[in-house]
Formats: sequence, C-alpha cells, structure tokens
Amino acid sequence: MKAHLSRRYLFSASHRLHSEAMSSEENQLTYGKCNNPYGHGHNYVIEVTVSGTVDEKTGMVCNLTDLDGFIEREVLARYDHENLNTMQEFAKDVPTTENLCIEIYEIVNRGFRHAHLERVKLEETMMNSFEYAGSGV
Amino acid sequence: MVYLTRKAEFSASHYYHNPDFSPDENRRVFGKCNNPNGHGHNYTLEVTVKGEVDPRSGFVVDLKQLKEVMHREVLDAMDHRFLNKEVPEFLHQIPTTENIAIAIWQRLVTKLDKARLHRVRVYETPDLFVDFYGEA
Repeated sequence: MKAHLSRRYLFSASHRLHSEAMSSEENQLTYGKCNNPYGHGHNYVIEVTVSGTVDEKTGMVCNLTDLDGFIEREVLARYDHENLNTMQEFAKDVPTTENLCIEIYEIVNRGFRHAHLERVKLEETMMNSFEYAGSGV
Repeated sequence: MVYLTRKAEFSASHYYHNPDFSPDENRRVFGKCNNPNGHGHNYTLEVTVKGEVDPRSGFVVDLKQLKEVMHREVLDAMDHRFLNKEVPEFLHQIPTTENIAIAIWQRLVTKLDKARLHRVRVYETPDLFVDFYGEA
C-alpha cells in the first residue's frame, strides 16, 4: 500500500525582495514594503510530503528520524536565523518564498533517499503559502 | 466533481513493536515509540469524499450520514482505546499513522452510499500527518 507522509518544520529568517534587473521605482512598485533596504523577517513553515510503499516490517513509509535528521542537517541548519539575501543561492535570484520553496525542494530531492519526494510547501505567514512539486508538475 | 471533507478527533494510545525484531532492533528502529506501556496522541481525522452535486439536494453526500459512518466505523472503535490491544487490525500490525490511515480507509470505503472516498488524512500531531488515497 502506498501512503503519503507529511511533516512540518519551522525556521526563521530575514530577506529583502529586490531585483537588480529593475530600477528603484520598479522595485518599489513591485515589492512594496518587502523592498525595505534593511530587510524584514518571517517564521517560515516547511511542509515536506514524501511517499512510498508502507514497509510491512515497520509500518512506515520511511523512518521519521531519517526525515527529521535530513531536514535538520540540510535545510534548517542552513536557513534558520539567516539573512537569505547573503546566501549563495540568492546571489542572483530574489529570495521570494517561491524561489526558497524551489531551493528546498531541490535540496531534499537531491539528497533524501529514504522515500520519494512528492512536494514541498512553504508557508511565509499564516496567510501565504507556496508549493513546488518539481518542474513540469 | 466536488470534494467534501469532514473532520473528527479521537484520542488513543499505541506503541511500535515488531515481534520479529530483537529488543535492540526494536529500540533502534522505533525509538521512544517502542515503550511497551504505550503513549498517546490526539489524532485528527479528515475524510474527503468526492462526487457530483445532487441537483435536488445540492449535496455531494449527506453530511449527517458521513458523520454517522465515521463515528460508527472509526471513532467507536478507536477513540480512547489502546490501539495495539483493542483494535483488531493492530493485533498483528503496527499501529503507525500510515497503518491507521489505511485501516480507516478500509473501514469506510464499503460503507459510503453515494459519494466515493477520495482521501483519508490522519494527523498524529499538527506537524505530522499521513494521506492515503487507496493506492495499492
């Protein structure tokens, strides 16, 4: 039997939305308050969904300690209490929650081997969330 | 096609143990969940059914009937129970959230009248949940 397992994780980070491809006015017009040069922060929630056959010996899609350990090491340790604009992956791309969601998906998709990654959902606030399930989906 | 979701809550205890594993292996694989005296959760169940809207009633499904089926088939059996000892499916199967979702699907799927079961979602905590869509 195939089941989907979802797990939520919290981290906090700051960012500023500003595109080098736009003029100051255009940045202000596009990003509004998020263009504040000093930046601002959020409590982000990541919801990772993986899928697979439920192992008859363990009753699990994958061992939660493997998923928690991976996300802690590869995602939370990387982004928690950081300024996203200072990070290599956002040297060119604007650290919108869309782009951050894609980055996190790629990290999990590249490195997590205990179950199939279905999607990553990233909540920026209680009111905004974004989902990515790989290119073409 | 319209999808309708009904929530319910139940509280139960369980522990994870495979009799084919050694005590060391059980502890290594299941960690704290291997405590034989059990531990508990407040589970949230979300049952999603799908169907066409009946032109006379405007309903996908009679919510009262869905609620009754969920109570009879799931909550009466699992609420305030020790899953390993009191729910037949888990006498020989580990009551992980995955297996609970599958067991609930199997209890409900033949009992719904008009609407088709789309998804069973079981939250073990607000930060951990399993979806089962009836896939083999």
